[in-house]
Amino acid sequence: MTGFPLYLATRLGQFALVVFIGINIAFIVTHATPINPVEQSIAAATQFGSTSPEAIALMRQSLKELYGLEGGIGAQYIAFWRRVAVGDFGPSLSAFPTPVSTLIGRALPWTVGLLVISILLTWTLGNLLGGLAGYFRDSRSLRLAGIIAMGFHPIPYYIVALILLIVFGYLWPVLPISGGYMMNMPRELSWAFLGSLATHSILPILSLVLVGLGGWFMGMRSLVSNVVTEDYVTYAELGGVARSRILASYVMRNALMPQVTGLAMSLGAIFNGAIITEQVFGYPGIGSLLVSAVHAGDYSLVLGITTVSILSVSVAVLLIDLLYPLLDPRVRAR
Amino acid sequence: MSTALAPAPAQAQPHAVLTVSGLRAYYRTSLFGINREVRAVDDISLEVAANEIYGIAGESSSGKSTLIRTIAAATKPPLEVISGSVQFSFGDRDVNILRARPRELDAMRWRNLSYIMQGSMNVLNPVRRVQQTFVDFAFRHLGQTMPEFLRLVRDHLARLHLEPDVLEAFPHQLSGGMRQRVTIALATICRPEFIIADEPTTALDVVVQKGVLAMIHAVQRELGSSIIFVTHDMAVHANLTDRLGIMYAGRLVEEGRTFDIFGAPRHPYTAHLIASLPRLGDTAPKPALPGTPPNLAEPPAGCRFHPRCPLAHARCRREVPEMEWVAPGHRVACFAATPERAA
Amino acid sequence: MWTVLRDLLRHNRQFAVGVVLLAVVIGFAALSLVSPYPPNDSFVVPPDVPPSLAYPMGTTSRGQDVFWLLTFSIRNTLLFGITVAVLSRLLALTIGLVAGYSGGLIDRALMSLNDTFIVIPLFPILVLFYFVMRDHMSWGLLALMMACLGWAYDARLIRSMAMSLRQREFTDTAIFSGMSMRQILIGEHLPYVLPIVFSTTMNNINWSIGLEVTLSVLGFTDINTPTIGVLIYWANQHTAMVAGIWWWILFPVLLVVITFVGLFLLAVSMNEHIDPRSRLGRIT
Repeated sequence: MTGFPLYLATRLGQFALVVFIGINIAFIVTHATPINPVEQSIAAATQFGSTSPEAIALMRQSLKELYGLEGGIGAQYIAFWRRVAVGDFGPSLSAFPTPVSTLIGRALPWTVGLLVISILLTWTLGNLLGGLAGYFRDSRSLRLAGIIAMGFHPIPYYIVALILLIVFGYLWPVLPISGGYMMNMPRELSWAFLGSLATHSILPILSLVLVGLGGWFMGMRSLVSNVVTEDYVTYAELGGVARSRILASYVMRNALMPQVTGLAMSLGAIFNGAIITEQVFGYPGIGSLLVSAVHAGDYSLVLGITTVSILSVSVAVLLIDLLYPLLDPRVRAR
Repeated sequence: MSTALAPAPAQAQPHAVLTVSGLRAYYRTSLFGINREVRAVDDISLEVAANEIYGIAGESSSGKSTLIRTIAAATKPPLEVISGSVQFSFGDRDVNILRARPRELDAMRWRNLSYIMQGSMNVLNPVRRVQQTFVDFAFRHLGQTMPEFLRLVRDHLARLHLEPDVLEAFPHQLSGGMRQRVTIALATICRPEFIIADEPTTALDVVVQKGVLAMIHAVQRELGSSIIFVTHDMAVHANLTDRLGIMYAGRLVEEGRTFDIFGAPRHPYTAHLIASLPRLGDTAPKPALPGTPPNLAEPPAGCRFHPRCPLAHARCRREVPEMEWVAPGHRVACFAATPERAA
Repeated sequence: MWTVLRDLLRHNRQFAVGVVLLAVVIGFAALSLVSPYPPNDSFVVPPDVPPSLAYPMGTTSRGQDVFWLLTFSIRNTLLFGITVAVLSRLLALTIGLVAGYSGGLIDRALMSLNDTFIVIPLFPILVLFYFVMRDHMSWGLLALMMACLGWAYDARLIRSMAMSLRQREFTDTAIFSGMSMRQILIGEHLPYVLPIVFSTTMNNINWSIGLEVTLSVLGFTDINTPTIGVLIYWANQHTAMVAGIWWWILFPVLLVVITFVGLFLLAVSMNEHIDPRSRLGRIT
């Protein structure tokens, strides 16, 4: 088996491995600790009053069922995987009896939308600017752009979001700083609603873009500096090929390929950043859901979000991996 | 200064397509506070006539590649042209390529001056099909519609005995020898007056090498182009070139018709190069030259070959020998070869 | 290794700026040793005083001097970051060197594992970890957890270096002379890998401090030990922004940004220096 089918098989294998290990980590983290989430929840619930022992016993039994902690560790493991496979994590404790999957289902599109838009912007803009900076090494404006992009890059997502929040929330309040859309606006397909959606997403997207830009910029700039020394670029210059053609089809095109792989590798980190940023701006994605779930002690919801996060990132990485052969003809032949 | 370009009296010089005069090109680097000047091409003058294959021989780090890069006006920092001129004569136009404006250069590239590069591994863009590469390089010169252009390309390939389906391939799908032949086809499609070939057969095995050399020879005969052929392989020079220039440490040390040079080499270095060629039936051991090629950032004073030369004497250590004519069409820069001109 | 650092300091402006910034931060952290107030005491000074001569960075709503509190916070944050970096270096070096040296099936298996850890989103897992640990969460435990999760990216870089070292002649010589893999890796290869380890350590410290700050701000760590994140957490708890006590947030953010940028500059300049192609590019 050679060429694309081999590549496909490898990628699918990697995907399966990632999901397997990821979910196992989630299982280990929740089951290998001496802390018993059932007891924790009971302790939290019975803090402020006295509860009869029968009530406590009933609570314990229902919680055990709820959390899938019945039976020995083997039975729990199987039950855990069954839940993941079916996508049913039981009802949420804080929003009883709404199922966890419904809550996640409501929040996930917001996160996905935020991620898709900001990744598209960051990746294309960062690579474009970085590529031009690598080719036109003497351009002062490109160098300045580089310094700005790299200035924001090392700062963690939370701090940048916080800075934007302070600037646009208190110093120059022209943009909304919380929510996905204006409160109490009817959710219909109207210009007002869409406009509100847009303005509320500006700050989270801006925050993600500011942090992410520098990474792609630096990577592309160094890649382009290397590609420019390749024989085929020198040859094209010797051949008098049009400058624009060299820049686009010889330099950028070849330098872009490792960046696609890079995108697949950084998706996990970008995802982290997105859910952190959501929390700062109260954007109704799974980031905010996660934090409120932790504060509410909602075990099933936290576990559900973790699992869904692992799954979604793995699927996204798989999709990007499958797109790669479209760009690189050499992979198709290997 | 030097009489380097004065022709021998009873010789009619054919029309020169390329005239290099006093060319100097150095690498100037400044890193971590250390400044260096590597004199890769130091005062070189030569002429290439029309319809002629001129070979340039020499070991690695002799400056051959730098020389042809400068001739093709493909110098990039830290390589700088310090002085000299490179004059091309295409039909009715005379142009000093070092002074040409970018637009002039672009018009010349590929149409009048093309290049066959070393290492067929990587000269073609890996993400573009061969056909697209042909379009990139040549379409703007042949000024026709795309279908006509493609027909032209296919005819050209057929004449060079290449399958037309090579156009659909990506470079990595072709073998090394095939890639080099495609590159030769690419370099000749516009029928340029001048072709620079930089070690085109290095890294190919002997059988493939033979085919590629035959192709170059056939193409040159058909187009009547002039070729500068650079290689360290003396056997290739013997087989292919009309005239030969020997380079050592950034300078030209001997030049003449290939036949004359192989028959009677005048410079000790040339003699050594030729003697090192294995011949059928020859079982004598071949001694290596003592020493190593000089550091071009700090070349030896006087003749650059003197530390390794068996014929070196006091004058060689002090003065730099200039090229002198020792026979019609044959010059050499060596005090041992031209003793009557001693001070 | 030391000559590399000295050359960089003398000729590379990015590196020099990074060293200066980092020196400022470390100096600040060292001041914690002479602090007049213990870090966890509250109401030792009048609360909510804006920056002035007496209190150069103002005071918090809990009656603490921001300046001295900050020295402890940055010290703890730095110590945490360094701990995670050191621990994860062990993992990254071991896996990277072994994978690059062995090649073949072992390399493939290790790299599959490696890629898994790169892809998996770590933040939800750390949050999950906090959730089940709650009040039993400690800094040591968090550091250990993060080290176990954060080695993957750097292991890959070390592995590429190890692969190229494997091809070199001196490695063959070492093998033929009977050295074991462990001896070769530690004795022969490690010195070459050190510059890249240095640069990845800087990046790793940035990463772990960033994650610590994020987790602490959300209250997902031990909020009784002052770190930068915990400091901002308490500021948020007391609604400092709304109440107009901006100095409680500004100074920690400023200091931590200086730390990040300083470490980043060090990592980037070291990286550029190591990569021979970028070095060639800078000759022009």
